[in-house]
Amino acid sequence: MTLRRYLGMALLAAGSLAAQNTVTPQRLLEASKEPGNWLTYSGDYSSHRYSGLAKITPANVKGLGLAWVYQSPVAGSWEATPLVVDGVMYITQRPNDVVALDAATGRVFWSYRYNNLEDPRVCCGANNRGLGVLGDTLFMGTLDASLVALDRHNGHLLWKTRVAEAKAGYSITVAPLVVKDKVIVGVGGGEWGIRGFIAAYSAATGKELWRFYTVPGPGEPGHETWLPCPTDSKEYCDPEAWKHGGASVWVTGSYDPATNLTYWGTGNAGPDYNPVQRPGDNLYTASVVALDTDTGKLRWHYQFTPGDRYDYDAVQVPVLADIQFQGKPVKAMLWANRNGNYYVLDRVTGKFLLGKPFIKVNWMSGFDTNGRPIQTPQPVGQPTYPGLQGGTNWYSPSYSPRTGLMYFPIWEDQAIVFSRIPVAYREGNGFGGGGFQPFVPSVGDPKKGIPTAAGVPNLRRGPINDWTDAAGHGAMLAVDPATGEPKWKFSMTDVTDVGAVTTASDLLFTGGREGYMQVLHARTGELLWKRNLGAQMLNSPITFEAGGKQYVAVMAGLGLFVFGLPE
Amino acid sequence: MALTVIAQQPVMQEHPEAYPKADIQYGARLYGEHCDRCHGANGAGVSGVNLASGKFRSATTDGQLKMVITNGFPTAGMPPFRFDTADLTGLVAWLRNMNSIDRGSMKAGDPARGRAIFEGKAACGSCHRVNGKGSRKGPDLSDIGTLRSAGYFERILVDPNGQLLPINRPVHVVTREGKAVDGRRLNEDTYTVQMVDGEGHLQSFVKANLREFRISTKSAMTSYRGELQPDELADLVAYMLTLKGVL
Repeated sequence: MTLRRYLGMALLAAGSLAAQNTVTPQRLLEASKEPGNWLTYSGDYSSHRYSGLAKITPANVKGLGLAWVYQSPVAGSWEATPLVVDGVMYITQRPNDVVALDAATGRVFWSYRYNNLEDPRVCCGANNRGLGVLGDTLFMGTLDASLVALDRHNGHLLWKTRVAEAKAGYSITVAPLVVKDKVIVGVGGGEWGIRGFIAAYSAATGKELWRFYTVPGPGEPGHETWLPCPTDSKEYCDPEAWKHGGASVWVTGSYDPATNLTYWGTGNAGPDYNPVQRPGDNLYTASVVALDTDTGKLRWHYQFTPGDRYDYDAVQVPVLADIQFQGKPVKAMLWANRNGNYYVLDRVTGKFLLGKPFIKVNWMSGFDTNGRPIQTPQPVGQPTYPGLQGGTNWYSPSYSPRTGLMYFPIWEDQAIVFSRIPVAYREGNGFGGGGFQPFVPSVGDPKKGIPTAAGVPNLRRGPINDWTDAAGHGAMLAVDPATGEPKWKFSMTDVTDVGAVTTASDLLFTGGREGYMQVLHARTGELLWKRNLGAQMLNSPITFEAGGKQYVAVMAGLGLFVFGLPE
Repeated sequence: MALTVIAQQPVMQEHPEAYPKADIQYGARLYGEHCDRCHGANGAGVSGVNLASGKFRSATTDGQLKMVITNGFPTAGMPPFRFDTADLTGLVAWLRNMNSIDRGSMKAGDPARGRAIFEGKAACGSCHRVNGKGSRKGPDLSDIGTLRSAGYFERILVDPNGQLLPINRPVHVVTREGKAVDGRRLNEDTYTVQMVDGEGHLQSFVKANLREFRISTKSAMTSYRGELQPDELADLVAYMLTLKGVL
């Protein structure tokens, strides 16, 4: 006998207004065909951060107004990108909360709090950059290096898998990449002496399916780039440097269904600033790796900064675009790197096609025929360009197939004086191996910096820009993807940690540390609209539809601001 | 000043009859599993401590008792225990009643039989979800055994209206276009309401756009009184107490 339950509901299954269909692998493959949603960290697998929406236009954008705001109850920088699935927005907030909101009103359906172990060690705050989705399930990495799966309709925990040991400095801040039946994540901890890896987990069960160590072990290709210590070394050298060699992964990669490769950028070698104790190129740090999505096997790699001594990382979003390069069609990977160079690689073979500085660089003077940078380390005490934060960083770029331009935020004229000290690895302890001092040129003697003193600008600060443009400034740059030639530049007084989204109406949404959300014309860089949101922006805007209306969402301070046109 | 006033309040001793039988039963079981190896079946196993006396040196209220169990007395050899709400509620109910009830006479429900009833005769999954299976119309019960108590389960199974949490009240709306949607309330403000619909999907409505908007105080769940025998209800409660979520 089956008893009758929930009589009223059974009669009215007619219900659903916004059809909420399961997110199939096919929907993820064709995410760009449903621009009303935002189904992956970068909008689609090719990471264009380009939306087919076009209701907000250069002509009507002046009417853009505030639709709603969601305030995070947790203080600290907010680096997450939301997902939007059929009218429901899913966000993460510090440290590992997940919240489901009505995308049209901002009202909360449910929230979930993950209780981290007491172990997490993170270099740069309790950040989480977002979620992955498949079927009816959301996936999130946690600060204590676990991966969790939640029922996206009610926020209940479905499974939890421990990925790595938090007390050894491992964490997960990256938004997972979901491909087919797999959830792919990498681990953070480049400042704690981890041995980085990228791993895939079963979306259904959380079981680990493959793991690729971004620092190869003995016998594996690439291990030979962790050279033996010289017998006559006068400085401390670590004979087992690879064991805590870094190459963390904390920004979401891309996927090309044609090659079945997934592409990920890797972080700095460990320790960050002292290459003497880890001689060699230190593969696969500061590199892009192309992995077979089914097996995790390495297909190719390219190292942007061999033997990285500047913490340049290569933690950017790989942009996959089919472009004309020197008169021929190329399946390209476009990459504006933190080290100040813009790159074009062949994403099928990994071949280096182009490298070109987009800002002042002095750590290298050019490339050899193999695409290896010719490094020019600066004398002790002298500034290195770009500085620690790089020419750009993890902030999402955008590629518009309409304009044919590549867009990315840049830091210009910003330098650091790096220093190195030996550091022995101890589990759970910081593993920097040196330091850095922002460089502010003296008037009349630009090679000489204003001495360190209270008040000398630091990398982090409050709402007053006491750094000023003397120590560098930000801009949004548009380049020809095939040549790296600048097409336009929108300059800001302060720097920017904000990526971009472009639209089918040739708008570009971005922001900056000053707290302005800015809408630019994607073809000219002309400023069309701006609003002061009152706090630093630290993520990249997205655009989506709810109830047939286009919105733009961005986080500033503790606020998630959503804008739309008037009714 | 305020603190002084609170400290001078007379402490209310809970009456034994206030403790649901299901909590006492559950607590007796937990006591047997976790406590009686030191405190003994009669509660007098630790020198100078007689749990069955109904008087506790370090706790007067139920809340204080729960704190003692949770924090333990490490210096006296009692470790802290990580019990959830259901466990603590049961343990306290048993401690308050162990002087008048023989543990051997307590007949606890059987979780395995309860699961069979949950998934079969009682058809709980037609509205509730457990570990990824079942409907999302009603609240997900995957970790309900950590959040509620045995007594609560016993009550709601026979009196769903009386135990219905206000947030879970059924919502009925008809849109301006004439579409009717029924569901369970998840959130509400002056202008909007959020709910999960009959298909288990999240829906949000602007009230000004609705032709009809009603919230019922009557649970969408009907009573199992008379539909399940007392033993079956006890089995169901025992099963629900095992739903501790993903650990």
